[in-house]
Amino acid sequence: MTNSITEIENAEVIFIIGSNTKETHPVIANRMIKGYRKGAKIIIADPRKVPMVRFAEHFLQLRPGTDVALLNGIAHIIVKEGLYDKDFIDKHSEGFEEWKKSVEEFTPEHVEKITGVPKDKIISAARLYGGSRKAGIFYTMGITQHTTGFDNVSATANLALLTGNIGKESTGINPLRGQNNVQGASDAACLPNVLPGYQKIDLPEVREKFEKAWGVSLPTNKGMTATEMIPAAHEGKLKALYIMGENPVISDPNTNHTVKALKNLEFLVVQDIFMTETALLADVVLPSACFAEKNGTFSNTDRKVQRVRKAVKAPGEAQDDMSIIMELSAKMGYNMKYNSPEDVLVEFGQLWPNLAGITYSRLEKGGIQWPCPTVDHPGTPYLYKTGFPKGKAPFTALKFRPAAEPADEGYPYVLTTGRNLYQYHTGSMTRRVAPIEKHAGEAYVEINPIDSEKLCIKDGEVIRVSSRRGTIDIKARVTQRVGIGLVFVPMHYHEAAANLLTIDALDPIVKIPEFKVCAVRIERLDRKPVACIPSASEK
Amino acid sequence: MLKITIDGKATQVPQGTTVLDAARMLDISIPTLCHHPKLTPFGGCRLCLVEIKGIPRAVTACTTPVTDGMEVTTSTPQIEQLRKSVLELILSDHPNDCMLCESAGDCTLQELAYFYGAKGSTFEGERRVYPKRDGNPFLERDMEKCIMCGRCVKVCDEVQGVGAIDFTYRGFKSKICPPYEEDLNCEFCGQCVSTCPTGALTGKMWSLKGRQKDVKEVDSVCSYCGVGCNLTLNVRNNEIIRVTSKPDTWNEGWLCVKGRFGYGYVNSPDRLTKPLIKKNDTFEEVSWDFALDYISSKLKEIKKEFGADSIGGLSSARCTNEENYLFQKFIRSAIGTNNVDHCARL
Repeated sequence: MTNSITEIENAEVIFIIGSNTKETHPVIANRMIKGYRKGAKIIIADPRKVPMVRFAEHFLQLRPGTDVALLNGIAHIIVKEGLYDKDFIDKHSEGFEEWKKSVEEFTPEHVEKITGVPKDKIISAARLYGGSRKAGIFYTMGITQHTTGFDNVSATANLALLTGNIGKESTGINPLRGQNNVQGASDAACLPNVLPGYQKIDLPEVREKFEKAWGVSLPTNKGMTATEMIPAAHEGKLKALYIMGENPVISDPNTNHTVKALKNLEFLVVQDIFMTETALLADVVLPSACFAEKNGTFSNTDRKVQRVRKAVKAPGEAQDDMSIIMELSAKMGYNMKYNSPEDVLVEFGQLWPNLAGITYSRLEKGGIQWPCPTVDHPGTPYLYKTGFPKGKAPFTALKFRPAAEPADEGYPYVLTTGRNLYQYHTGSMTRRVAPIEKHAGEAYVEINPIDSEKLCIKDGEVIRVSSRRGTIDIKARVTQRVGIGLVFVPMHYHEAAANLLTIDALDPIVKIPEFKVCAVRIERLDRKPVACIPSASEK
Repeated sequence: MLKITIDGKATQVPQGTTVLDAARMLDISIPTLCHHPKLTPFGGCRLCLVEIKGIPRAVTACTTPVTDGMEVTTSTPQIEQLRKSVLELILSDHPNDCMLCESAGDCTLQELAYFYGAKGSTFEGERRVYPKRDGNPFLERDMEKCIMCGRCVKVCDEVQGVGAIDFTYRGFKSKICPPYEEDLNCEFCGQCVSTCPTGALTGKMWSLKGRQKDVKEVDSVCSYCGVGCNLTLNVRNNEIIRVTSKPDTWNEGWLCVKGRFGYGYVNSPDRLTKPLIKKNDTFEEVSWDFALDYISSKLKEIKKEFGADSIGGLSSARCTNEENYLFQKFIRSAIGTNNVDHCARL
């Protein structure tokens, strides 16, 4: 997030796009509701009628995969009606005039045709967001998990630049991170193209700095992303994979393909707290400690580094990941010796100034948001207060591109996936929590009443959902939450795994899979023609 | 700014401050049961009664805004008698089974009864009898212990935006319940539990696991989504028996169902406890030394034959910064490839 969670309550406008905040980031939703109580207006753009909609001034129920068109359409109105922040654009951006031309074609009429959102709603939402200088955009995987993920994010950035809603309190472009330390794993450079602190691998001076600190010569070529490693394993190019605390069998798109790829590896090591679906395929499984059994830090979605403290002992011979990696590394002939996690953070801070001022003793008093370059720096609640680091930020001209696999005759429904409130990600943790499992232990597919009636499907009936890649049998949940022609399956349930169906098409730039749109077919299990019970409306 | 004198201490407060808040700014304690600093004032429990010069009857400090020149007395024999009577009335319709109550030692009502010497015997009479029957797996609702302070109703509506419960019926029959007295069907965030001043609302999984005085509190951060809520692990005998969150954290003490009630996996019997190596399609337990030697020799072998770029590492967004830093350092330095990623895209 460019801005802080606590700032949300003072925003004038909260624009949520592609985020089911109430279920996936419930305590951020609390802040949004606090803002709403103080007078903030909420705009929600989502293919599903998510729970936050009941607080929304405008709800734009767009077709999945049409975000660029909607965001460009909003920009079109802001430009046309002169709601943009000319001062900010002059001072902090470049390419406005050329970019302006790129949104000309996105008239409300045209955008309505693409997105299915009535043009009046697009205009009202644009006026609300464009009219405020204290407006924040909030998104999650509903924006990013598309073959147009990069474009979608760029489109949100265009809006913030256009209205000057960045670099100020209670504004910003705010991706809500899905996992407790996805921010930290990225900062620490568990990424194939950068060294810790997003320092580019291909810059010789960067590599030199790290080579000196680590006492090795570092590889110069960019590595593979997770979504490239799986196909590489399938093709036999990747021979060994070491997985620490991930469960790609459930989390990756096109499960059948993932399983084949992992089986094709010569050697697979999985280090985890449970025998996950992925660990079952491993040659070696190492037992590790969970968050309550170790010391360290997590960085949350607003860049806040916070202390994690050991509360209980790990079971049996399970060891914390740090000890395991250090020991294995020594056996491989590269010594990494640290007396405590604190020493690791010190080294990290020496190599990345943004963390240099964050020490364990300071964290005793509470989290600190990076950048925090010195020990007397208070941390940074919002970024770009004094402008962008590279000077002027460019507007990005974007064309609308449809999703990789639109619905067609054979597969007439669009499937979108995500999380629900109770379960978490691949379920390896929450599915082992008895009360959660009792309350939300069953997989389901959300289907609109109009569609269920057409297909003679009753609420609670087990139906078959198939895509070109796989098939699952799953209980139908008939609900207005999804629009007509759309179905939703939560990703948590291995027994009816959503990712057996999803497509492994990737965004060409950032390599994120299109979990949010693929085509599926829906059938009754008995496959016999049935006499439909007439609905209330027909009676 | 408005001038106010409380118990002889003078101060100035901004317009809109209540007498209770002004007193707390001056470190003068006034007992309350229904008041919660993050919720709108209610004035239901009548414990915060104070005398204000010029007003003939005692008024509730939590709902009275300060006016300029106000003079307040927070404690007189009459006021203390009134407070004690309020407590006696509450206790006259309370199970008073503190010896069996989950909240004993962590109960505002119990504390106040102790300080005021209220036994609940002054107004003995009929008691409410309600079965504990809510079938949800998260929240125990013991409505006999409910003192109708309404904090749960307010937090559910004002903070959570759900409104799953409200006051129903009138007089002696009043109670707080979901519509049509059905079982709770809400987001189970447990915000109501965290604001309940008695033992009426508790976590079902907390039952008989230990009282607050037996608990070691360890402040940490939630292991689920990226919001990073601060939470406190309540530990007894090397087991997390409860999760709470302190109101002075940035998340204001609010959590969600996973953060508050989803800790059970830590102690799951399914946890991996030994290194395992697969032989003929079944896993066999081995020692750490053996497992790590095996991994190291296999990786060296593959690296030698196919090159470092034939090896990849997937790290975890569930692990700490330090572990992630070490993981990529290991992959880059010990293995010698940039094939390292985590699940940010998934």
